[in-house]
Amino acid sequence: MSWTEHAPILIIAAPLLVSFAIPLLERIDYRVRNAAAVASLVFSIWMVLIVLHKIWVSGPVVYVFGAKSAFLPLPSGFKFPVRIMFEIDHMSAFMALSGSIAATVGVIYSWAFIREKEGGLGKYYSLFLLMSVGMLGMELTGDAFNFFVFLEIASIASFGLIAYRREDPASVEASFKYMIVSTIGAIFVLVAIGFLYGRYDALNMAYIAKHMKLGIVERVAFVLLVVSLAMKAGAVPMHMWVSDAYGRAPAAVTATLVSVSQASLYGLFRVMFSMFGVTMNNHFGGWMLIIFGLLSMFIGVTMAMVQKDIKRLMAYHAISQTGYMLLGVGVGLAVLDNPVALKSYGLAAMTGGIFHIMNHAMYKGLLFLTAGAIFYRLRTFNLNEMGGLARKMKYTTIYFIIGAAAIAGLPPFNGFASKLIIYESVYKFNPLLSVVAMVVSVLTLASFVKVFHSAFLGPEISKVKNVREVPRSMVIGMGVMAVICVLFGLFPGMVVKYLAGPAAASLVNHTAYISSVIGGGM
Amino acid sequence: MWTYITTGSGFWNPIWWLVSFIIVAVFVYNFFGKEVKAKYSPDKMKPFLSGWDEASKEAMQVKASNIYWGFTKAMSGYYRFLGVCHTGIINDYVVWFMAVMVLTFVAFIIA
Amino acid sequence: MFYDLHYITIVFLIALGIYAVMFQHNLIKIAIGIDILESGANLLLIVLGYRNGGVAPIFTMAPQGKTMVLPTPQALTLTAIVIGLATTALMLSLIVMLYRHYGTLDTREIRRLKG
Repeated sequence: MSWTEHAPILIIAAPLLVSFAIPLLERIDYRVRNAAAVASLVFSIWMVLIVLHKIWVSGPVVYVFGAKSAFLPLPSGFKFPVRIMFEIDHMSAFMALSGSIAATVGVIYSWAFIREKEGGLGKYYSLFLLMSVGMLGMELTGDAFNFFVFLEIASIASFGLIAYRREDPASVEASFKYMIVSTIGAIFVLVAIGFLYGRYDALNMAYIAKHMKLGIVERVAFVLLVVSLAMKAGAVPMHMWVSDAYGRAPAAVTATLVSVSQASLYGLFRVMFSMFGVTMNNHFGGWMLIIFGLLSMFIGVTMAMVQKDIKRLMAYHAISQTGYMLLGVGVGLAVLDNPVALKSYGLAAMTGGIFHIMNHAMYKGLLFLTAGAIFYRLRTFNLNEMGGLARKMKYTTIYFIIGAAAIAGLPPFNGFASKLIIYESVYKFNPLLSVVAMVVSVLTLASFVKVFHSAFLGPEISKVKNVREVPRSMVIGMGVMAVICVLFGLFPGMVVKYLAGPAAASLVNHTAYISSVIGGGM
Repeated sequence: MWTYITTGSGFWNPIWWLVSFIIVAVFVYNFFGKEVKAKYSPDKMKPFLSGWDEASKEAMQVKASNIYWGFTKAMSGYYRFLGVCHTGIINDYVVWFMAVMVLTFVAFIIA
Repeated sequence: MFYDLHYITIVFLIALGIYAVMFQHNLIKIAIGIDILESGANLLLIVLGYRNGGVAPIFTMAPQGKTMVLPTPQALTLTAIVIGLATTALMLSLIVMLYRHYGTLDTREIRRLKG
């Protein structure tokens, strides 16, 4: 029992240790290296489940690095939180669970996807584990500068991974474009954190939330943080790097990159709800998220309908589905100050948006992995050159059908459950938003029918004559995500009651977040 | 409680949906699905192709770029505007980012 | 006016960095612009820690009766400088690879991914 009290730090410590040990493990055998990478991430999932159980039993978990208490009592008796800490409540644990499952499936898939003879695989797995560490750290931390450091760890690791295929000029170009925009966003986040530090002399999120008073400096910091984090999550009109980067990274990396962007989305929600939620005009913040959401949904799906490249098409759909999450949580934020509306539809809208985050990681990861499976056999991304794959690649076809039905919102898969909650609760706020969401859903189905027809249906073209099914580890990786899609679709009540519902409630509950650090009153 | 969710104004139970889907699917398959297939001959395809001969199956498949040509043609003005926005030049990515930041700041000061 | 000079310098550096990334077409100039932007952010962090008449925040053999400048921003700046180093190194190596593939350093030419 005593070692599980260190579970929060073990979530990131195990992949971090294995990431640095991989160059040594590689000398023994490449199978040892791959197995160690998978094992460290499975251990992370186990630790996340332990922490989830603890939060369910006794409220948010606070883990201070290096001491028992975050406070440093000064001689005058005034207590001041100086130490770095992890503060994990339901929302953080939910995001960590979704992210760690996506990272584990990505590593299992990479076992067969990146062929040994391509070389440099030790660095690939190292960077992959570092990217997972950055993502999990972003979701667990309670300290603003620590958030910035993990954000940069995840970003820099992903720059290297996107440019993994160095002979392909488009991959290097995609990684460079993503790097420029991401670095500028991260520097703005640093400037905003610097402003907040200058005003409150503290970096601890709970402490800043408690002592926040809105002045011109805090407004500037708010705008910098929100727009930069929305850019990192892929909101329109700052979304152009998403289609380049997701379209050109190796497929296993893209499936995890989706979760890394969702970690920035989590950071955005944490800033808007916990740090600024008490004093700010939440109606304005909510409408800002709603406008980002509407633009993302519509522009994402209309750009996706005309693409010829399968992964670029799926990347535009990722932008569009991020719009659903922003819409759901934005409606919840806009009615945060109105307790009647919050109880009747605000919490439901937030539950829908947050449930959609995990659903999206699962079905979008599954779709990118099937696109990777097609690339593995055909060596092309161009939809005009494919056809008739359903005759040869049966498992991939079934997984693609599950993923496409889930993203379009067809019952009984998980996409329908979260989209239904979003439609019905957003309708009560403003019916027009619900109409746009449904139109976007129909267009999503249309573009995936296009992909299914071009790639899988139709006569067998000459290129496809000799393809077989993809290797076993890729089928297993895709299978895990497909099983989760079907399970969450058949038992949505379980997810809403134990995972998404408490996460929405904990985002709204400022006092629990603050008082678990700065205990007692006020 | 595990299988259904209540949204604000209704509820959804996927197990009932799945059971009714299976019942209806079995019924439809037994009642309507067992028809005799007609025999294929090339003359039967001629009316659909305006009298042309049928080319190989591979050449007859509609390619992905041509599938939604009606939709694309009807919204060609909108897509031309989007094409202007998505140039692919890195400077434009940063210009959009700064423009959104300035707009948000102005809106925040006013509202 | 003179005690605001550091803040004016920070705004100038950040504006210069943003101008370079928005309007310069040479990839190396964009990389230099990002470097200037990072320097502006680091300067902001150090300036926020300054206290009037303070000495360096070293604990051993500290002079009695004097205020020290805040040590936390110095730690933050060290971290940010290291992050900037990693980013600049990776950016420059990607520029080398881009030059080998495309033969040019102009952003208007390196546009294979568009639309």
